[in-house]
Amino acid sequence: MARNKRAIPEINAGSMADIAFLLLIFYLVTTTMDTDKGINRKLPPYDEELVEDPPPIKERNIFTVLVNSNDQLLVEDEYLTIAELRAKAMEFIDNNGDGSCEHCQGFKVGTSSDNPDKAVVSLQNDRGTSYGMYVKVQNELVAAYEDLRERYAQEKFGRSYRSMDEEEDKEILKEIKLAYPQKISEAEPLNIGG
Amino acid sequence: MAVIKKKKDKALPAVNTSALPDIVFMLLFFFMVATVMREVDLKVTVNKPQATEIQKLERKSLVTYIYAGAPRQKYQDKFGRSPRVQLNDAFASLDDIQPFVLQEREEKSEEDAAMMTMSIKADKTVKMGLITDIKLQLRKAQALKINYSSNQPKDVQALYDSE
Repeated sequence: MARNKRAIPEINAGSMADIAFLLLIFYLVTTTMDTDKGINRKLPPYDEELVEDPPPIKERNIFTVLVNSNDQLLVEDEYLTIAELRAKAMEFIDNNGDGSCEHCQGFKVGTSSDNPDKAVVSLQNDRGTSYGMYVKVQNELVAAYEDLRERYAQEKFGRSYRSMDEEEDKEILKEIKLAYPQKISEAEPLNIGG
Repeated sequence: MAVIKKKKDKALPAVNTSALPDIVFMLLFFFMVATVMREVDLKVTVNKPQATEIQKLERKSLVTYIYAGAPRQKYQDKFGRSPRVQLNDAFASLDDIQPFVLQEREEKSEEDAAMMTMSIKADKTVKMGLITDIKLQLRKAQALKINYSSNQPKDVQALYDSE
């Protein structure tokens, strides 16, 4: 019959764009694109009893960084600004006092570290130190190690350490990290200018 | 004689907009995929510190957040202005951190639990006393992988000037 043959009317899709726009705007507003980034650190495990005899470390192998409650730095008994910290730390790590480190270019000063493996950076802050300053200091100390590793990678492999792939260059990265092992120790904070 | 004049197109032809929904849908899908819904309602102000040696936190499912900072304006009547800790959606005390970590760890599978990273999102004006207390609690809870959440500065030199 004629009636049954009538075509189904086309659905009007004109407002589809409006609906899509509405959804789009919703997602635009709710989106937060911030990727999480930060400085990775590892905490020492908690132990009820204090370690009885901490292994003795020679004074010359310790690079002391103190931060007081006014966010001032005292590095190796010397007042420093944050801009000078990185170079000072690199000089210390790279010193190579006992001459056992072949890739080091330090000055072999008798009062500074023996070799990068023995060098320890010791950081102590006050409870009144601001978190921003603390992160800055951490950043500079990590950067000192990263810069040394970068230099080592450039000299030995002719490649940039920072652009290496974690999976592909696993062995190379391991070697670089072994050449300059990152040893940053944190002491319990002081409470002077709380 | 009848002159057949060519009819001039006076009005511009309408732009074909039939592909518009497709374009909008494409954008929509992009945002839907890229979107991370804000999970928590921040009750503290967090102005992250700046650093250059930062690493990306790859897997979101492994990350647990701890916020620290001064309460926002509208919560100041109730909670004061001194910096506080926020876990999930509520203000918390330091004693709440350990159970919180344990609970978060339980929700994860066994191999993921070992890789769990605690991201400390603290305001840069917060005193280290509070951060140290948080760190002590995390150590007690055996959550040793931490990340100090920070931003890449636009101008690196400014990092050293602003003292």
